[in-house]
Amino acid sequence: MTGILQALNDGLRHSLEASAAVYLLGEDILDPYGGAFKVVKGLSSDYPDRVITTPVSEAGIVGVSVGMALRGLRPVAEIMFGDFLMLAADQLMNHAAKFRWMSNDQVRVPIVVRTPMGGYRGYGPTHSQTLEKHVLGTAGLRVLAANTLVNPGTVLSRAILEDDDPVLFVEHKLLYPQMMFSAGSEFESHQLRGRYPWSILRIAGAPRADITLATYGYMAEIGREVMVRLAYEREIFVEMVVPTQLSPFRLDPLMESAGRTGRVLVLEEGTLNLGWGAELAARLLETLDQDIQFRRVAARNMPVAAAAKLEQHVLPQEDDIFSAALTLMKP
Amino acid sequence: MKSTPADSFRLMLQIRRFEERVLELFPRGLFYGTTHTYIGQEANAVGVLHWLEESDIVVSNHRCHGHFLAYGGSMHGLASELMGRTTGICAGRGGSQHIQWRNFYANGILGGTVPLAVGMALAVKKQSQGSVVFSFMGDGTLGEGVVYESLNMASLWELPVFFVLENNRYAQSTPIKLHLAGEIAKRFEAFGIRTMHIDSTDVDLIRNTSEELITSVRKAAGPRALIIDTYRFAPHSKGDDVRDLEEIEQFRRKDPLQLQAAKLNPTTVEELETEVMEQVEQAFSTAQQDPVADAGAVTAAMDETA
Repeated sequence: MTGILQALNDGLRHSLEASAAVYLLGEDILDPYGGAFKVVKGLSSDYPDRVITTPVSEAGIVGVSVGMALRGLRPVAEIMFGDFLMLAADQLMNHAAKFRWMSNDQVRVPIVVRTPMGGYRGYGPTHSQTLEKHVLGTAGLRVLAANTLVNPGTVLSRAILEDDDPVLFVEHKLLYPQMMFSAGSEFESHQLRGRYPWSILRIAGAPRADITLATYGYMAEIGREVMVRLAYEREIFVEMVVPTQLSPFRLDPLMESAGRTGRVLVLEEGTLNLGWGAELAARLLETLDQDIQFRRVAARNMPVAAAAKLEQHVLPQEDDIFSAALTLMKP
Repeated sequence: MKSTPADSFRLMLQIRRFEERVLELFPRGLFYGTTHTYIGQEANAVGVLHWLEESDIVVSNHRCHGHFLAYGGSMHGLASELMGRTTGICAGRGGSQHIQWRNFYANGILGGTVPLAVGMALAVKKQSQGSVVFSFMGDGTLGEGVVYESLNMASLWELPVFFVLENNRYAQSTPIKLHLAGEIAKRFEAFGIRTMHIDSTDVDLIRNTSEELITSVRKAAGPRALIIDTYRFAPHSKGDDVRDLEEIEQFRRKDPLQLQAAKLNPTTVEELETEVMEQVEQAFSTAQQDPVADAGAVTAAMDETA
């Protein structure tokens, strides 16, 4: 069984091996340190010319990567914490996402910006956020979220080697120590084909699902725990639908599942207001010709606190999801 | 690459007459949106880009028409772009400040293009291509923090980038004394970038001063910078000028075109005027007859289904 940290490292190594155009840039990424979360460990020793450690300059790192990409290279930029991504917002929004389209498709910007989002580690208000919702919906910028259901190393190397458009690749600090998911006897898992596959997870041998749980990234780990509890404690059966690509927004597998269950529960770690779940609700409402029961579980609309109890209060917990599912089941 | 004083004059004149026509046509509703003209600053692009080689790269900003024409861009392509025609350089998608053609890149975000230039220079160096990246910016750009991240990396990694800072003494409407502390050259020198600073509108002087700097960039000696004190005669954009008229008049006495014309035979100047006016006329009249870019030409920003 492969761990997620190793899978990501393998994906980067594979990309460096497969193409001489691939470069890694980021802060503190040289060995022996190997990056703040060790995702790039070992790579600078094997590819010293193509793993470039940078000053603490997030806008510069992404801007330099865009420049490299415009000149035929395939750079991968590491932003140490997702919270620092907004320092590079201009480069993402006004440069990476624009050059292809505004040049009438004369140029492409094949960059991947990797960054770990997320809390549950007590890092406090500026090192625990889930900020990708601020980037979702930017035309010309793809947003992917790693999860344990689809090998994130494979997804990452596809983004690096095959995608000619700019990609924000969202990781999660708590994903790194996880193992790749294996269905075992407890779950049935399906993957929908594509470069960035969707996953659908059900309890093995369960009757028709009562609830569609829509979530992404690390939240799928928490979602899975709740699926088991709901099945065994309440005989409520959940079908979890997990996209790898968040933006551009695609609805098909979710709509199909929602059409069957009639109940949708969205789980996201970002703040509740104006988020991914809101877009999902709007799309379902516009698209489905039937009544849908709908609930969201997300972070409270406040910063992520440092102290354990306070952080717990702000971020979504298993019990919140469990209760929301029960509410959805009320006649 | 040999260009005569008359060649430099012709190129500067093309930029001048082209942009005068733009400002003249704007109130007549032939354009949509906005523009930023280079009138008064022509000697900078023409002088510096004299040393441009085929594989070199130019990264420009919102005030890009002059850079683009000096790079060798077509007046018709630019006129069409400004008029939103399918024949525009970017088929009307970019407009005045987002020009992409061959190795020429412009974006209208101040400072944001400077790391792009550095990244391009890194690509050049890693691929041993021997090209020079010309990065144009203005005094207003110096207010953006990402510029200093970029200068640091350019110098740290000894990249082949030539920074051309056109100090036209204003950030939009704000005079330099209200937006800039210290000396501009020291901002580059602080990063170990060898910098020259000239106050001139003489295209020959600008060309000769930049030669040695560009040659050393080409020889992989690392980045260099040239600061040129200059002045724009026209507004920042279209009608937004609050500058003292006397001040503008004073700088007009150092008009780079007049300086260069004085070096030429008056008959040559007259002939060039006629030649350039015809070219400008041709560019705009052709563009005006070209098909208007409409929704049929719009494609998605990216492959959504990948």
